[in-house]
Amino acid sequence: MSGSLAFVLGLPLAVALAFFALAAHERRTGTATGPGFFQRNGLGVGLYLIIAVGFWAFFIILLPQLAMVDMSFRPKLPPAQMGGPKDVYTLENYRYFLFGSTTSTDAWNWLHIKAFLLTIGVSIAITVLNFAICYPLAFHMAQSATAARLRILLLLLILPYWVNEILRAFAFRVLLSSGGIINQMLMGLGLTSEPVDFLGADIGLYMGLSYAYLLMMIFPLYNAIESLDKNQVEAARDLGAPWWHIHAFIVMPHAKPGIASGCTLVFMLTAGALAAPLVLGGPRTLWFTPIVYDRFYQAFNWPQGAAYAFILLVTCIVFVLLVLKAFRLSLGEITR
Amino acid sequence: MAAAVELEGVNITFGEFVAVKDANLTIEPGEFFSFLGPSGCGKTTLLRTISGFIEPTRGRVKIAGQDMKGIGPNKRPTALIFQNLALFPMMTVAENIGYGLRVRGVARHERDEKVKNLLIQVALAEHGHKKVSELSGGQKQRVAIARALAVEPSVLLLDEPLSALDLKLRQHMRTELRAIQKRVGITFIYITHDQGEALTMSDRIAVMNAGVIEQVGDGRAVYAEPRTPFVASFVGENNRIRGRITAAEEGLATLDTPLGTLRGRNPVGLAVGEEALLFVRPEALTLHDNGSTIGFEGETLDVAYEGSVTHVTLRARTGQKMTASIGASTGVALPVAGERLNVGFRPEDGLLLAHPGRH
Amino acid sequence: MKADPFQRVLFTVYIVVFFLYLLGPLAVMGVSAFNTPQYPQVWPIEGVTLDWFAMLFADQDMMTGLRMSIWIGLLVVAISVPIGLAGAIVMTQIQARVRSAYYLVVVSPVLTPGIIIGISTVVFWRQFTGQTGTRFLYDGVVLTVLGQASFISAYCMLIILARLQRFDRAQEEAALDLGATYPQVFRHILLPFLKPALASAAVLAFLSSFENYNTTTFSILSDKTLTTVLAGRVRQGSTPAISALAVIIVAATILGAIAYEVYKRRADAAAARRQRAALAEEEAELSGTPAPAMG
Repeated sequence: MSGSLAFVLGLPLAVALAFFALAAHERRTGTATGPGFFQRNGLGVGLYLIIAVGFWAFFIILLPQLAMVDMSFRPKLPPAQMGGPKDVYTLENYRYFLFGSTTSTDAWNWLHIKAFLLTIGVSIAITVLNFAICYPLAFHMAQSATAARLRILLLLLILPYWVNEILRAFAFRVLLSSGGIINQMLMGLGLTSEPVDFLGADIGLYMGLSYAYLLMMIFPLYNAIESLDKNQVEAARDLGAPWWHIHAFIVMPHAKPGIASGCTLVFMLTAGALAAPLVLGGPRTLWFTPIVYDRFYQAFNWPQGAAYAFILLVTCIVFVLLVLKAFRLSLGEITR
Repeated sequence: MAAAVELEGVNITFGEFVAVKDANLTIEPGEFFSFLGPSGCGKTTLLRTISGFIEPTRGRVKIAGQDMKGIGPNKRPTALIFQNLALFPMMTVAENIGYGLRVRGVARHERDEKVKNLLIQVALAEHGHKKVSELSGGQKQRVAIARALAVEPSVLLLDEPLSALDLKLRQHMRTELRAIQKRVGITFIYITHDQGEALTMSDRIAVMNAGVIEQVGDGRAVYAEPRTPFVASFVGENNRIRGRITAAEEGLATLDTPLGTLRGRNPVGLAVGEEALLFVRPEALTLHDNGSTIGFEGETLDVAYEGSVTHVTLRARTGQKMTASIGASTGVALPVAGERLNVGFRPEDGLLLAHPGRH
Repeated sequence: MKADPFQRVLFTVYIVVFFLYLLGPLAVMGVSAFNTPQYPQVWPIEGVTLDWFAMLFADQDMMTGLRMSIWIGLLVVAISVPIGLAGAIVMTQIQARVRSAYYLVVVSPVLTPGIIIGISTVVFWRQFTGQTGTRFLYDGVVLTVLGQASFISAYCMLIILARLQRFDRAQEEAALDLGATYPQVFRHILLPFLKPALASAAVLAFLSSFENYNTTTFSILSDKTLTTVLAGRVRQGSTPAISALAVIIVAATILGAIAYEVYKRRADAAAARRQRAALAEEEAELSGTPAPAMG
């Protein structure tokens, strides 16, 4: 374990040295001109920049992620045995995800695999659904709403933005519960004699998830479409292009970065959502994040939890990469 | 007394690109000195080198006799007025003007006193408390000048500060700048692509082209006695006729051109047989009834009446276009479009220069 | 939209349904905060009461959590804004060939699920504090601040970077030219220029921290914030006191937004008025007539 401490302290140092070597090289070869880093910022500010960014990049972002990945490949051991002869790299935690406990009779760990696949599938579906819901409004706001109307729309949109995720989920529970207003209406209209169990059927969960991240879709879309020259749409319309043609070949290609950004955010937030499943999930609800949570604080198997978290992380990275590839974009274009 | 600024063999290159080539120049104390040239000629680079933002690749910059190598912009006795003025938007007018004193650690009461005086000097006494964004264009100019003067520089550098103003204000500011310079008596180095600005304000002008200082002299010299074809055509309007020298006498020379045989002054001493360019100012061209034997024949294409002066565009036999300017007070009858005329000029109004690249 | 009446009706219906979907649940929750039944109920209204608000304020855990959330939020602001500022400045100075790698690293937390950030923070700091004998740092507040700082710093950086890219380098050069040192340029010119972005970043950082649940629930260890207490309460069962909390949050947001809007409009109008006065004065100066008295 002392080896890992050397790594933790050595990695930032090594990277810092590499940076100064690169800077010196660029200065020697003449690709860099102007004052050097410390001359440019002064010693005090220069040190602040290096320490702040170094601490952030390494101790808050990179090293924790690496520690999690490292732990996911280690066995669960009592503290006394950590660093001992049994503390070796293993795929046990990933094997468990696929095949379950060694004492189990099933061939596959269906419970976890199903939850995982369902989470991914539903997240994709919700991403697509939210795009469909938000696109017309985003287009209207960006291209044809008057200034006064736009202000009102933006205010109405921003308002629920700051309401906590848990509260948003809670609102849906109030809305959809068996004595809730929806069931009251359905029964009042005579459409059903018994209250519908929206929550038990996971409809509440899916609606709540879609609802919770609606705005993560609409703002990137709005920003992207807003930068499109209104004359382009007008011109296409004058030339007699049908409406679907205008959207498919003019607006959407232009709004690509916004679409990608909205989709990435909604997918990531949905797949990683913890509050909505806890609040809206029924007893039989399958969702991946509560399982991860339980690895830590119910099963107390941290390495296994780390492995599950890493699986989720890899899934999200793959999704981001696929979206970038599909839209032919770079990361910088979608994180604005 | 040492020269205000000396450039000794200054070369500035960015990678492959040569921005300034072998600049040698001495600017005297108290002089209003302008660098005049088209955009991209290297004048701004030279100014930034004097102020210390760029180190010359080769050569030396001396200010008041002292070599400036390794001395940063914040340590030089120069002050720069930026093209966009670069006033600090988060400070008031008074804070802007006092900034140089503040960073020099001048005590507050002394600073306030000085700022007050400067505000009065630039006629902004009532505006010290305002934010910069609340000022008009001309007021902003004056704040920039006061801010630069506050640090009592020995050289004030101005990077086209008037270019963003409208015409009326620009002309007003020219007079004002010149008056300020006379009053404070320090060296002004002024960068511009506007020859009118350079000619009206400067004691001397350096005309630059493609990184090279082509000519240094007072306004009259660069206008009336240009030394290179570039200066001849960049400073003021000029008509240009190509030809070959056939005879050279005392001061004058004769050359053979597609328009016929013409004569002009020969200050650079071109010899018989050399390719030359003959420059004649539009106001030196005289127009005569067709039939007289002076000069060459031309057809009137366009007559543009501008009040005090009328510009006549002519087309010579060869198809070359020329401009003649006729002052309103000369009483000469204006031609009409389509009219054929004989165009002439006095030989001493023609100027012969070597054709570039044909030595 | 120049469209036929049918399309217009369709679009209006869509807008109405959209905002019904968006605001309906909040409205339902809001009404239930004032209705008397024990279980959050909208209809029928059996009586109007403020009891649920009283109950909320009497809830010791909630109030402890609220104080903790505010404290953590302030710490996150104190850490994330300086880090975001440094991150943005480094972004403009870092060598071109490593810029994209740097960008990838510092923006990655924005695209990482919150629970993963929480987990990795706990895992790393448990090991690190154990090995370096700094166990006192293995604390719910410290870990939560660090975990939240990872992505909130990135938000701050993106906000500050957007303004930094509009910074006029001539400002910096003008200050240098007047004799300022580099640290003075940073303090006198760059920081004041970035002030609006720093303020926005601070507000966003606080709100993001305040409402965060996914990262916090892992990193808070045995402590409690408002969101973790809230999650616990919601899981136990529904009570209108939770609706009351939502009402308070929404009301605070609206008031804040309105105050900001009023302030901004007033400032804009005043600036425009003074600018017009200056122009009129100059016009008069140039044309030689005395300037009219300006208020």
